Amino acid sequence: MRFFEFEAREIVKRAGIPVTDYGFTTDPAEARAIGARIGGPTVIKSQVLTGGRMKAGGVKFADTPEEAETHAREILALEINGHEPRGVLVDPKAEVKQEYYAGVVWDGTAKKPLMLFSDMGGIDIEQVAEEHPDHVGRGHFSTIEPFSDFQAKQVIAAAGVTGRALQRATPVLARLAQLFLDNDMTLAEINPLAELENGSFVALDAHMEMENEGMPRQKALLKALGIGAEEGTREDHTPSAFEEAVKAIDSADHRGVIQGKDTGFNGNIGLVIGAGGGSLTLTDAVRQQGGEPANYSEIGGNPSVAKACGLAKQVLQKDGVEKIAVMMSIVSNTRVDIVARGVIKACLELGRDPGETVAIFRIPGAWEEEGFKILDKYGIEYCDRSVSLWEAAGRAVAKIQGTSA
Amino acid sequence: MSILINENTTFIIQGITGREAVNLTRECLDYGSKIVGGVTPGRKGREVHGVPVFDTVEQVVEHNGGVVPDGSVVTVPPAGTRDAVFEALHAGIKTIVIVTERIPRRDVAMMVELADAKGARIIGPNCLGVIVPGVAKMGGIGGPARNAAVAYQPGSVGVMSRSGGMTTEISSTLTAAGLGVSTAVSIGGDAIIGSTYAELMPYFEADEQTQAIVIYTEPGGRMEAQLAQWVAENNSRLPIIAFMAGKFMDDEEMQGMSFGHAGTIVEGKEDSATEKIARLEAAGIPVVQRIDEIPDLVKAKLAERGGGAA
Repeated sequence: MRFFEFEAREIVKRAGIPVTDYGFTTDPAEARAIGARIGGPTVIKSQVLTGGRMKAGGVKFADTPEEAETHAREILALEINGHEPRGVLVDPKAEVKQEYYAGVVWDGTAKKPLMLFSDMGGIDIEQVAEEHPDHVGRGHFSTIEPFSDFQAKQVIAAAGVTGRALQRATPVLARLAQLFLDNDMTLAEINPLAELENGSFVALDAHMEMENEGMPRQKALLKALGIGAEEGTREDHTPSAFEEAVKAIDSADHRGVIQGKDTGFNGNIGLVIGAGGGSLTLTDAVRQQGGEPANYSEIGGNPSVAKACGLAKQVLQKDGVEKIAVMMSIVSNTRVDIVARGVIKACLELGRDPGETVAIFRIPGAWEEEGFKILDKYGIEYCDRSVSLWEAAGRAVAKIQGTSA
Repeated sequence: MSILINENTTFIIQGITGREAVNLTRECLDYGSKIVGGVTPGRKGREVHGVPVFDTVEQVVEHNGGVVPDGSVVTVPPAGTRDAVFEALHAGIKTIVIVTERIPRRDVAMMVELADAKGARIIGPNCLGVIVPGVAKMGGIGGPARNAAVAYQPGSVGVMSRSGGMTTEISSTLTAAGLGVSTAVSIGGDAIIGSTYAELMPYFEADEQTQAIVIYTEPGGRMEAQLAQWVAENNSRLPIIAFMAGKFMDDEEMQGMSFGHAGTIVEGKEDSATEKIARLEAAGIPVVQRIDEIPDLVKAKLAERGGGAA
């Protein structure tokens, strides 16, 4: 779950970290009013969930409220990397003495959250870490012991920061660490964190990402930010018709799990494959043997006939799909016979001959005997575990290339 | 011998009255595992396939005359998993298999940190557990006992896999080739897991039955890099062979997407399949293109090291 900057700044503010007196709006006239309230030079920033807005012209400086309105109108109409802005932020132009970076991420190896701090803010932290490692402080912290400010102080000091700046930055990083855990974030970043001419620290920009798995227990925060369930997880890409359809079939029935993706796939072999690891393995095996998958899919957890049928139908109806390959690694709890029934039903309902349409069927495991009987009846080529995943994928590719040639 | 569990291992199932847990209980009992109790709050007094159900882990311990079971399989829903695992850890249970998927990372980190503090080990989450062929299994790994018996025969190869299903596919391949499996561990597909390859290597190293290791890997995370480092720092007697799935995810169109398991999300270039393969191979761990190539390579490695199958 990704947040717009205006939301991320609100999250930061709620955690007690000072922010500037900004305003968010979708209306150019209101941008002017915010500019007038601020009463000095302002920065107008596009609110989009994509990077590179400065380069694209999504960030502009205004000296007067009139200018703020003009810029806001332009920026609101400016699409960046295919994203339409949600609105604009009108931010007082700060008198910055020094820019810092403060961030918290998960470290999967240490299995703990990791604080990062640098006195080289305003640029990408990975670049700073690579070119100026001595300017980056790092420190893990516990998820079960209470957080104490000294842990943040150590990280800031390790970046070479001392004096008053160290004292003022410590509570900011400490609160960022706390909000990271409290709000189930996977990334909490303030960049730049600005030290103003008067010595105070404010967050000039913030970037937050919440773990999708944490969303059910973060409803209060999401509601306070005005984010409704209809926004989903704001994934980077808009789901295709195929992806939407498979999702709808999956949610209509709690038995078993199916998933389908076709972003980036446009071949002629429809894949009805499973489960997680098996799908990754089989997609590779098809491609490495010269096949062109029309989609990625996952099927598992013992789906109903209707669900297996629904997935197979969606795959078969995709543009350019000539045949489908139904393959899984050895299954323990998925009824092979039910998957077979579902796939055959899909073929018949679409007026296709199952024997011609299914290039190969490989789902070894419990109930394979029952499954093979049904497959025999409809003349579908099948195999058991003595044919490897690689070989099964190869047979599907050979069959479809034979047809196309 | 084996790692993590053996013929004497006793364990409980938390969330035992759930649909999947009932099946899992049947499968484990049929396979010969010793399940000494189950826990579902509010269901005390019931039985699941003859296993008595209690409200708390403490009651199971009392029922067993104060003897703390060795392990627990946790199958409770994500919102309750942390509490269930804390309960098991506080009772003194030392080996915990977490089956549950979609647990927030903060909760996983908390469980792992408490387990470390208490000298316990977590396998998973989002995993199928551990199997010692012909001896015992703890979790749904391999499925019903008669199916598990087909795919898993005792032998010399230790298996670790981020995919539960592929643990069985690989083990079945090793079994069919006559090599068999010493212990297979489905380590889980999430971004943070209780036990990584490198963390389990010392167990396999100490297990005389194990002569080689096969791992199933995916894009996302740094645990393959951690294993490569472990190999560089430890003069292990065990040859390791890896299989990498999800190479297609390196394509530009797929950037930022996760496939298969939550942990496959690529957060930095080091997490990609290409980088991982390079890193593993640099550490002397061959990465095969096909799973059916694994048995011959294992045999070749065993011959190189001068040891045969145990």
